[in-house]
Amino acid sequence: MTTYEAVIGLEIHVQLRTRTKMFCRCPNRFGDAPNANVCSVCLAHPGMLPVANGEAVRQALRVGLALGCRIPERSKFDRKNYFYPDSPKAYQISQYDQPLCAEGAFQVPGEDGGFVVGITRAHLEEDAAKTIHVGGEAGRIAGSGSSIVDFNRAGTPLLEIVTEPDLRSGEHARRFLTLLRATIVATGASDCDMEKGTLRCDANVSIRPVGSTGFGTKCELKNMNSFRFLERGIAAEIARQTALLEVGGRVTQATLHYDPSSESLTVLRTKEEADDYRYFPEPDLLPVAPSPTLLEELRAGLPELPVARIARLRDTYGLPDATAATIALTPSLADYYEELAALTGDPRLAANWTMGELSAHLNAASLEAAASPVTPPRLAALIALTVAGTVGSNAAKTVFGELVADPAVDAATIVERLGLAQVDDADELGAIVDAVLAANAAEVAAFRAGKVQLIGFFTGQVMRQSGGRADPKVVQALLNDRLR
Amino acid sequence: MALTESDVRHVARLARLGLAAGEAERLRGELASILGHVSAIAALDLEGVPATSHPLDLVNVLAADEVVPAAGVEAALANAPDPVANGFRVPPIGA
Amino acid sequence: MIDTLGLTAERAAALLDAREVTAEELAGAYLAQIERHDGELHAFLHTHPEQTLEAARAIDARGRSGLQGVPVGLKDLLSTRGVPTTAGSRILEGFLPIIDADVVESCREAGLVSVGKLNMDEFAMGSSTEHSAFGPTRNPWDPRLVPGGSSGGSAAAVAAGMAPFSLGTDTGGSIRQPAAFCGIVGLKPTYGAVSRYGVVAFASSLDQVGPFALTVRDAALLYSVIARDDPRDSTNVGPREPVSLPSGTSLAGLRIGVPTDQLAAGVDPGVRALFDDTVALCAALGAELGETTLPHASDGLAAYYLIAPSEASANLARYDGVRYGLRVDAPDVHAMYEETRRRGFGAEVKRRIMIGTYALSAGYFDAYYGQAQRVRTLICRDFAAAFERFDALVLPTAPSTAFAFGDKVDDPLAMYANDVFTLPVNLAGLPGLSIPCGLSDGMPVGFQLIGPAFSENRLLEIGHALEQAIGFDARPPRLSRGVA
Repeated sequence: MTTYEAVIGLEIHVQLRTRTKMFCRCPNRFGDAPNANVCSVCLAHPGMLPVANGEAVRQALRVGLALGCRIPERSKFDRKNYFYPDSPKAYQISQYDQPLCAEGAFQVPGEDGGFVVGITRAHLEEDAAKTIHVGGEAGRIAGSGSSIVDFNRAGTPLLEIVTEPDLRSGEHARRFLTLLRATIVATGASDCDMEKGTLRCDANVSIRPVGSTGFGTKCELKNMNSFRFLERGIAAEIARQTALLEVGGRVTQATLHYDPSSESLTVLRTKEEADDYRYFPEPDLLPVAPSPTLLEELRAGLPELPVARIARLRDTYGLPDATAATIALTPSLADYYEELAALTGDPRLAANWTMGELSAHLNAASLEAAASPVTPPRLAALIALTVAGTVGSNAAKTVFGELVADPAVDAATIVERLGLAQVDDADELGAIVDAVLAANAAEVAAFRAGKVQLIGFFTGQVMRQSGGRADPKVVQALLNDRLR
Repeated sequence: MALTESDVRHVARLARLGLAAGEAERLRGELASILGHVSAIAALDLEGVPATSHPLDLVNVLAADEVVPAAGVEAALANAPDPVANGFRVPPIGA
Repeated sequence: MIDTLGLTAERAAALLDAREVTAEELAGAYLAQIERHDGELHAFLHTHPEQTLEAARAIDARGRSGLQGVPVGLKDLLSTRGVPTTAGSRILEGFLPIIDADVVESCREAGLVSVGKLNMDEFAMGSSTEHSAFGPTRNPWDPRLVPGGSSGGSAAAVAAGMAPFSLGTDTGGSIRQPAAFCGIVGLKPTYGAVSRYGVVAFASSLDQVGPFALTVRDAALLYSVIARDDPRDSTNVGPREPVSLPSGTSLAGLRIGVPTDQLAAGVDPGVRALFDDTVALCAALGAELGETTLPHASDGLAAYYLIAPSEASANLARYDGVRYGLRVDAPDVHAMYEETRRRGFGAEVKRRIMIGTYALSAGYFDAYYGQAQRVRTLICRDFAAAFERFDALVLPTAPSTAFAFGDKVDDPLAMYANDVFTLPVNLAGLPGLSIPCGLSDGMPVGFQLIGPAFSENRLLEIGHALEQAIGFDARPPRLSRGVA
């Protein structure tokens, strides 16, 4: 039986974080009343002209440089013609044959040695308006009563990134997109929030017999709005195509939608004839020719990118790849971690706290690490108390909770106020040990008869009696002594 | 390459121009005559001649990213053929 | 009573300066002339007498200087806030712009008072104003003849004393040819000298706004008002040097070239005779004459009739019944588009949209649009070569004088051929000035001066010197007889 491999390329749209739209100076902002952020330009009134946003160009170039793209000497804008109510000019200003950023290569590291994804191009374009369907069946376009158009989003800047068909699985796609997202976020060009739609991803999927170098018929998966759905949607599409070929069927070129709730694929449309967008150079705009000086300045201004940071966290702090990747993908978490590692002098312990209590608290509170009330010095002070044996691990979690609740107080004060200091006084603990042994005479006898695993039971009883504050090492020594 | 009525209908569809009865036939004749004239240049050997899409030889005309107050919903909808609430209503978007 | 026929803007400003008239009286005189003659000529699509008089009174009230208080007429594709702007099309009937075109703003800042919006071929597509959706304009010299086009209303209004000067646009000859047909001066500025912001677009890489006037000095005055750098038009740079008012009468030291190959085909004998006389006059005024050729200009007509419709097909796609203008109801949105555009556009506009859509569509782009742009390069090179030897080139503005209504309206190719001497100038983005050089069978003939980019000051100097020597009386005799 033939085994197949998948050939996957992604088309990613990133909403750039500018103050104004791509071709007019209306606010690039969400959440306002419909049609509040519009002007005669983005409504395509007669005679209105686009003027390209210089900051959008700079942000796009930053992303291109971060993705290892070649920046051609000259790029131009083109008109892509199509009629739809969300397209006010009935053409979208995009870039056809001379994109701002050309070929790049993007390294995705991993325990498996990682892989490289070719970037075909990255180009600037404008977003469409939002169409709200009213009446008729909810959510379905066909048969709906009418639609209402809101042009607030019309003309907001998008960077479209197209990859080579270098991905081989849904998992690859997820790993690539995760790292790509972190990289773009690091450049400051976008917040890349899939839920808000500031990062959108379509996938072109085909399969071919392993060993073949040709390409099968590809299908396009539209707008998967989370990393998990991207992975699952691609897996489902690979399975669908494989099943078709295995029974001797054929894949027909189509655009599909993945429904995560039913984990099923729906065909939106099949391609009977190619779209005819009648691209031609946009005569209202002039070419963009980034100077070598500008490119040098933008390159120098790039922060350390996630790929480099993963490697550095691994090499400098001896972290495992997976831990380094998790921390490095969130720049503010990584900054936090590095400060904590320096303050504690114990990178592994710092990593445990960063990945454990800190991350749980940040997720629960939806906070960036930099905004946490538990600053690295406060957490470092708590860690120091655990290293010194002043507080045990359970008590330390309680202290962490108090650090979150009260930003004004330090760990030592909390330990003192709540009486959480570990008891290591042999006399005090000895009395508790003696009381426990006296109260459990039968178990003591059984232990002495050889049931040595009961040591855990005694330890637990002592810890409970001490209110969790007993130093387990001292308790152990006392029990060994009494039971000998 | 003779222009057919079906070509005319296809192009009219791309341009979203409704055609009245008999209009495709009339347009076919007119367009064929105009194309017959202009297609003379299709035959010219212009290998190596760059395209001019613009008489101005300028680059990097870019605006500062500074907000200019938007026109606002009232001005936006003032000309709307079918304003509804704060939006532009359109007939159902069919296939 | 002020006789507005033949009254120059310069003279009108002098009357205002001398307090012989008020701005209100002056505006009233022009409105009276419109009242008298526009029923027959139909140069105006929209007047707003109350607004006009109000603006004039405001100028009288605050004291004036320069051109303040001088009336001006505006072609109906220049956006005027709150004032109908139809571009001669049913599809824009009822549309009220929410902004002013930059040139309208300039006029207002200069204190010019608009007397109304002027008739034109629909979306500036035509050479006779017969393609106006609201009925044609008639030639003030002979109402059986066309005034030329597309800015026929702008030319007729000035020739008939209904405005001292006016603004039009020139995409392939739409200022120069009607100026020639109506016996007045018309300047098509260098591409980029005047802002296109708010100018309803026909062909973006060719369109340019320019003045109509009775004299070259008046044209220079109005040009100096509108020529400026506007950041809202990316393709606009403003004039390269301040506009100067021409005053000389000699052409000594100037080299003037005659592209003899262009004259070989199809010039009416009466036009040719006056052209030759005027060339001889150039020599008499001290110019050094020479012959040259523009070998690729003969392909200009074909290139123009591919490039302009292609750009227009996209520029006119926004008239879709969604946001403004005409909407014809239909059961679904695509049927609404088709019906709205079927009823909203006239025959010539549809023809050009069809040609442009076809030329850009898949499979034809390279043979048509791509090839036309390469021809454009060759035409630019032809002019550049000629301007190495000459300061200006001269040609007839049109191969004939004004033709009769219906003569060419059903023969697009014959209509297009009327632009043969003007459109290569647009393809190369150069300035062109048409001045009247005499009458042939009672109808005015235009003499065209073409210069290198941004050489308007020199063209105006040459035009002024010739104008003084020719001594053409720009008043249509049939109207003169009617006024005391």
